[in-house]
Amino acid sequence: MHLDRDHHHGPVALSADAHRADGSRRALRIGLGGPVGSGKTATVAALCRALRDKLSLAVVTNDIYTREDAEFLLREAVLPPERITAVETGACPHTAIRDDISANLEAVEDLEDEVGPLDLILVESGGDNLTATFSKGLVDAQIFVIDVAGGDDIPRKGGPGVTTADLLVVNKTDLAPYVGSDLARMAADAKAQRAELPVVFQSLRSETGVTDVAAWVRERLAAWTA
Amino acid sequence: MSRAALLVLADGRFPAGGHAHSGGAEAAVKAGRITGTASLEEYCRGRLHTAGLVAAAFAAAAVLGAEVRELDSAADARTPSAALRGAARRLGRQLLRAARVAWPTAELDALAREFPKGAHQPVVLGVVARAAGLSAQDAAYCAAYECVSGPATAVVRLLSLDPFEATGVLARLTTEVDRVADRAVEAAREVVAGAGVDALPAASAPLMEIGAEWHAGWAVRLFAS
Repeated sequence: MHLDRDHHHGPVALSADAHRADGSRRALRIGLGGPVGSGKTATVAALCRALRDKLSLAVVTNDIYTREDAEFLLREAVLPPERITAVETGACPHTAIRDDISANLEAVEDLEDEVGPLDLILVESGGDNLTATFSKGLVDAQIFVIDVAGGDDIPRKGGPGVTTADLLVVNKTDLAPYVGSDLARMAADAKAQRAELPVVFQSLRSETGVTDVAAWVRERLAAWTA
Repeated sequence: MSRAALLVLADGRFPAGGHAHSGGAEAAVKAGRITGTASLEEYCRGRLHTAGLVAAAFAAAAVLGAEVRELDSAADARTPSAALRGAARRLGRQLLRAARVAWPTAELDALAREFPKGAHQPVVLGVVARAAGLSAQDAAYCAAYECVSGPATAVVRLLSLDPFEATGVLARLTTEVDRVADRAVEAAREVVAGAGVDALPAASAPLMEIGAEWHAGWAVRLFAS
């Protein structure tokens, strides 16, 4: 994803530019979206724990009514507080990650200026609906997180998040027997909607936890820095 | 140069961060000062003739070439609330980011270099309007209209107000927006004719300043300001 860095002769980066004002390559930005309660924040926390020893990380959260998600990450102490920023979204989290990304761009650039250099910035959307996707001006790749308790028909229903996200995560697989969700059917429906795009089934309570998603993130980072 | 550039700049969907701000309406709703269409109209009228007039005059003066750093300091002096000064700078920075892609010019790049954390939004709006080939009056209109359209849109979300009623409020205020824009341009002309930034209006709305400080301390809120 090499963008033309000479397109804008500006003093500071504007949106997706791959380089920062000083000419260095900026951090990879990965967005995490999905419905309310599907486990986005828990996945972000688990990713931070899995990756923070080897990588320089930061997180931007987009709450619907501010700070809840950022405060959860702070309480869990997954990263030092200066590496976590909350963006306020005026009751429209999908607007802040798709239609008007300016506040989020400011947050990622300020994090790089203040605690950088960074390898990776995770941008978490506020819980939203199945149509919420991240702008390419804000993130380089996006993960859509759904869960088995939200209804096993979600992959079949599709929508931009399920269909187009670079990685679909079906979370809370440990709950499937209790809520009557058919994981095989969810996998088949996801395959039908997404063709070759990857899907991960995970339970953060299991031994493997976030391992598969962390491996996918490492692959994206290797491609970004190659 | 195109007059239609005004439509682009004034469009509520112009991606400059405004959607996350209520123009003080969230605090006014919680305090019980905005409860429906009639009180929204009174709130917007009050904001238009105070903060709106000041913003419009600053935007117009920036188009006419008044010195940006002086304008920015003068805007600071007219904004007692630290929360509002912070919001104005964030919105200025966000507007500049969008504008540098929409109307790329050396002047906008220089402004970003001079104010990496943002200048006051109305000042940036004026410089952007000039980059877009617009007049002082166009910029004044943009600033004045924005100061009422922001709260009206926010109140639709905050009170589940009928969106047609909220738009009716804006339609009823249009002749007052005309008058405010005219007064703002007159003041801006005095600035560049030699009177300096002291000729800019300093109409203040103390309750909005106080409300902004109160709002900034809330743990749970929908809007950034």
